[in-house]
Amino acid sequence: MAAEQNEQHIVSYGKLIAVWAVLLALTSLTVWISRLHLGVNRVWGSLAIASCKGGLVIAFFMHMRYEGRLLRWVLFVTLATLSIFIGVTFFDVLYR
Amino acid sequence: MTPIVRPVTVPSFWNDTGKSGVAAWIFSTDHKRIGLLYLYSVLAFFLVGMTLGGLLRIELMAPGRTIVGPQTYNALFTVHGVVMIFLFIIPAFPGAFGNMVMPIQIGARDVAFPRLNLLSWWLYVLGATIIIVSLFTGDGPPDTGWTFYLPFSERTGTNVSLAVFGVFIVGFSSILTGINFVTTIHQLRAEGMSWGRLPLFVWSLYATAWVQILATPILGITLVLIIAERLLGTGLFDPGRGGDPLMYQHLFWIYSHPAVYIMILPAMGAITEIIPVFSRKPIFGYKMIAFSSIAIASAGSLVWGHHMFTSGMSDRAILIFSFLTFVVAIPSAIKVFNWVSTLYKGSISLEAPMLFALSFILLFSIGGLTGLILGAAATNIHVHDTHFVVGHFHYVMFGGAGFAFFGAMHYWLPKFYGRRYAEKPALAAWVLMFIGFNITYFSMMLLGVKGMPRRYYDYLPEFAPLNLVSTVGSWILISGVILLLINLFRGLWKGEPIGNNPWGGATLEWTIPSPPPTENFDADPVVTHGPYDFRKTGMP
Amino acid sequence: MTGPHHQDHAGAKLGMWLFLATEVILFGGLFLLYAVYLARYPHEFATAGREMHLVFGTVNTVILITSSLLAAMAVTAIQRDESKTAVRCLGGTVFCGAFFLCNKYFEWSAEIGHGIYPNSSRLATGSPGESVFFSLYYLTLGLHGLHVLIGTALLAVVAVRVQQRTIHASNYALLENSALYWHLVDLIWIFIFPLYYLLL
Repeated sequence: MAAEQNEQHIVSYGKLIAVWAVLLALTSLTVWISRLHLGVNRVWGSLAIASCKGGLVIAFFMHMRYEGRLLRWVLFVTLATLSIFIGVTFFDVLYR
Repeated sequence: MTPIVRPVTVPSFWNDTGKSGVAAWIFSTDHKRIGLLYLYSVLAFFLVGMTLGGLLRIELMAPGRTIVGPQTYNALFTVHGVVMIFLFIIPAFPGAFGNMVMPIQIGARDVAFPRLNLLSWWLYVLGATIIIVSLFTGDGPPDTGWTFYLPFSERTGTNVSLAVFGVFIVGFSSILTGINFVTTIHQLRAEGMSWGRLPLFVWSLYATAWVQILATPILGITLVLIIAERLLGTGLFDPGRGGDPLMYQHLFWIYSHPAVYIMILPAMGAITEIIPVFSRKPIFGYKMIAFSSIAIASAGSLVWGHHMFTSGMSDRAILIFSFLTFVVAIPSAIKVFNWVSTLYKGSISLEAPMLFALSFILLFSIGGLTGLILGAAATNIHVHDTHFVVGHFHYVMFGGAGFAFFGAMHYWLPKFYGRRYAEKPALAAWVLMFIGFNITYFSMMLLGVKGMPRRYYDYLPEFAPLNLVSTVGSWILISGVILLLINLFRGLWKGEPIGNNPWGGATLEWTIPSPPPTENFDADPVVTHGPYDFRKTGMP
Repeated sequence: MTGPHHQDHAGAKLGMWLFLATEVILFGGLFLLYAVYLARYPHEFATAGREMHLVFGTVNTVILITSSLLAAMAVTAIQRDESKTAVRCLGGTVFCGAFFLCNKYFEWSAEIGHGIYPNSSRLATGSPGESVFFSLYYLTLGLHGLHVLIGTALLAVVAVRVQQRTIHASNYALLENSALYWHLVDLIWIFIFPLYYLLL
């Protein structure tokens, strides 16, 4: 299994620090964007940036990039379930 | 050696650890001991729940006050629901038979996290204790119904907060079992135990464990919100402060509908083990049954709204939830068709486990088909919150999961005790239960169609005859259950000893001694054939 | 034998990820409520969002991201068998966690001082949407704060055990899993931050 081969993967300090720098840059970006007057899109914009940041944390800090299929499926199924719970609830909330 | 004398001379998990006494059980990390702990705990709560249910039926025997007043009646049905759902039927299959049987069926020596497994039982006991304490402290037992609907559960003066906290702890226990089982099934399968050779009981537990992992946390947060609502006054579901009570119902049913599948899926899995063994024929449609477990778990997580058709939800949502509800019927029907196809031209042996399995098919089908009446938005309006609903879910939960649980007890417990029950009293108990069950709950469905609402302490005189019939039915049912338990446990302690494979099963648990040794297998098994390949097993 | 150990490690990691899945869904319930009420009260939420202390939020974001970096570096250090570095990184993470909680304390004191807390008379007389916003704010951040507290305590224990050499290069599942837990705490915050602090 791919998971077992990559288990001992070591992420270098340099790479982790680079990810940290990008995360801080994205944080500044999201604060800056929130100052612009973008209306409703602002929420979607800041959520998009948050998703990028979350993706970086999961991929590098949590080593998901180096994991096998199983853990990726766990992550995918969890996020899919949560979005379905939220999405299907909106069939009620939006059309009431 | 321990003072407990077992019928077989080979060391078994009952005595080969050299430890005896209560501590050797309640601190054991052996999956079989934990499974038995769960079995006895859930059975104790089943008896509590059954007693409360019997009292409810006696109260409804005649119009007006019969034995208790309205407030006590509200408490009775609330506690009956809470005990039966959270303390019996949700932990029953994964906790008892999942723990006892699943690791052996996949050829493992234990679950992946044995200490976590023990913690899970302890959390169950802790939560159950808190729930029991909540009945006798504060300002009286909860009277909200097991659904704890807000805003009533915020405003009632009864001891809701503590009971809700107990349920929260039990939910955590359920999550830990789920995590343990998914990890075990992924990591600890024996050599040759491919996914295509996994016994279907294991497949059903796998699907169940995912539901436990992905749905139970929603219950957790919902219960925290009830407590916050009561203690902090957060007002999230209070229309006066901008909240929306319907959102509570959404959150509650996002968990509690999938919870129905936590209850029924492993029951279906147990039935799938029993039917081929007592038909002496490989299961029909292995892949479709495995697939349908996953399909029921997935589709079943999308239908929670069908509990809310009359609560003011949007029409579009009603349409969608109604449609999705019908979708769940497809994988459920796949299972029923495959069981029936397995029976076809089989050499059927009508022993106790098989009788429970066959009655499961019938009762579950009735429960499932009446579920479609409730799932269709138009007919739902007429029978919503009537006794039709009560009858329907008892057909699924008791006639389905409950009967399967009793069948599984007759099928698997002799393995773990090395002795078996007497057949004739078991058949008599089954007859009593089957007849009593149908009288009790079919009358309820008829009452519901006539318009008798649920959760009412009193009713109109025209409902009296059927209520009387239902109550008499409950007496037959209860006497059947008592006879069953006495016969079963007397047999397990004093009955005739059995060999390794009394029924001629082909799954791994029948290859090891009865009772199994602590480590289950002398040497790690290597699996060379499927779970229903009876050519390799001697017929009894 | 590397076989059984290998399997245990993979099993422990799978178990941890499944546990993280339950945590995501647990917070997901609160995010679900947030989404529904934001859709219902966009203007009230924006008004309420203006009351939030952006500085506290931003500082805490930087703290948590940095602590997450240190936790990830601790894993790298232990894999390379550099115990001292691992202990220092973990110590840094614990410090960041404590710092975060201090900030939270001052922030909440200020807000409660302004009469903003669930069921306060100010919120009871204000617009309904604002009351919902602040109730959700206190519940979500309270639950998150509890996780920070647990994670900090857990990482402190792990640091001690690395110091005692009971966690080392060939047995670091506990360190790795604690770090995963801490990253989850960070991950949740990454979504809390824009939803509560940047909703001006």
